[in-house]
Amino acid sequence: MSGLSNFYRSAVGKKALMAVSGIVLFGFVLVHMLGNLKLYQGPEKLNAYAEWLREVGSPVLPHSGLLWIARFVLLAAVGIHILAATQLTLRNWQARPQKYKQREVLEATYASRTMRWGGVIIGLYVIYHLAHLTWGRPWVHSDFIPGDVYHNVVSGFQIWWVSGIYIVAQVALGFHLYHGLWSMFQSLGWWNSSNPQDWRRRFAQVFAWIITLGNLSFPLAVLTGLVK
Amino acid sequence: MRLTLHVWRQKNHDAQGRFVTYSMADASPAMSFLELLDVLNEQLTERGEEPIAFEHDCREGICGSCGVMINGRAHGPEKGTATCQLHMRKFKDGEVIRVEPWRSKAFPVIKDLVVDRAPFDKIVQAGGFISVNAGGAPEANLIPIPKPTAEKAMDAAECIGCGACVAQCPNGAAQLFTAAKVSHLALLPQGQPERTRRVQKMVDEMESYFGSCTNFQECEAVCPKGISIEFIARMNRDYLRGSI
Repeated sequence: MSGLSNFYRSAVGKKALMAVSGIVLFGFVLVHMLGNLKLYQGPEKLNAYAEWLREVGSPVLPHSGLLWIARFVLLAAVGIHILAATQLTLRNWQARPQKYKQREVLEATYASRTMRWGGVIIGLYVIYHLAHLTWGRPWVHSDFIPGDVYHNVVSGFQIWWVSGIYIVAQVALGFHLYHGLWSMFQSLGWWNSSNPQDWRRRFAQVFAWIITLGNLSFPLAVLTGLVK
Repeated sequence: MRLTLHVWRQKNHDAQGRFVTYSMADASPAMSFLELLDVLNEQLTERGEEPIAFEHDCREGICGSCGVMINGRAHGPEKGTATCQLHMRKFKDGEVIRVEPWRSKAFPVIKDLVVDRAPFDKIVQAGGFISVNAGGAPEANLIPIPKPTAEKAMDAAECIGCGACVAQCPNGAAQLFTAAKVSHLALLPQGQPERTRRVQKMVDEMESYFGSCTNFQECEAVCPKGISIEFIARMNRDYLRGSI
């Protein structure tokens, strides 16, 4: 009997992997938001930061080496997260073949009830976001200049509906993070018995708000003309 | 009290069920919900109709037999209460009440409001016990157990296996039940030798029948014994510790 395949076969194991991959992705969105704050320091700082992301790790690693390692880890985390979520969702949908005529929602938060479709929205948004500001595909960004991150962000966000997509996606991410961060403790069995409920909820709330407000500020700053 | 009841009627497991509407003109606020069904059944019997099948035993909220969905809530509107301890004074005069059996793939309807909860027994059979050699009963105070630990174990042991957690869970998960059964043994010294094997066997058994937890917390809200989802975290921790 292989321990690892048994572990993955179980829903408890899948949830643990979702928690671990979720921590990786949470760390990424937090650092990504903090790094993007350089938008407020002007084009030189932001573009230098983007270039630094490629250079960091050299000469030990080749140019963009660390960046690719990070991308690989993120891709793996996304893959695990989506695969486990899909398998669990399909299994859970089968658990009640005959639905209730009437079932009230008692404690389940809006965030918890939108995890699945919220996750799908975030997944689609990530593809759009990559095409928009990383690959700079002409059909999503007509004025993309490779290497000039500041210009690409500002000219992109000046189109109101592009900003709209980002704003909707960040709100979806905020809800997803809130329930996800809180659930992570539960799935990994981290329980502070002295004050069980509060600090986990607080942690999830604080970081969901920090990341959401930080990310929302970028399109809003461009739309209001604060960043030009 | 005047009440209108929409009750799920289903002849047997294979039959197609449907809601049947009954009007009651003479319900008393002092009746329990099961007594309301008793009175309705008397009337049905007098009219020559088949009485509504529902499960019940102790009628004092400790056996876990009774339990139906009342207006979309397992065990009805009162928190921390089994259906038998729910009284009609919690309803308004003229209220329309919908009564449905637990719905879960693992809990097939046997008749009307009665479902087969055998998978709960299977989960307990898989590991919800302590293996000891038969013999004289050991002295109860030989193994000292700190009071808070004993209390915590009792909190988990309060589970009466009614199935409300599964019934309310949007995923049809049995995590709260299984976690309670795992934890009340895992907390005590007597449960330690089989702690890892127990949680793995019980979780595996659970997962062969039920959906899985996504932390909606709906189970906790309807549990007549107020069992905390803290125990689910404990079960997860024990399971992960045993797997890694």
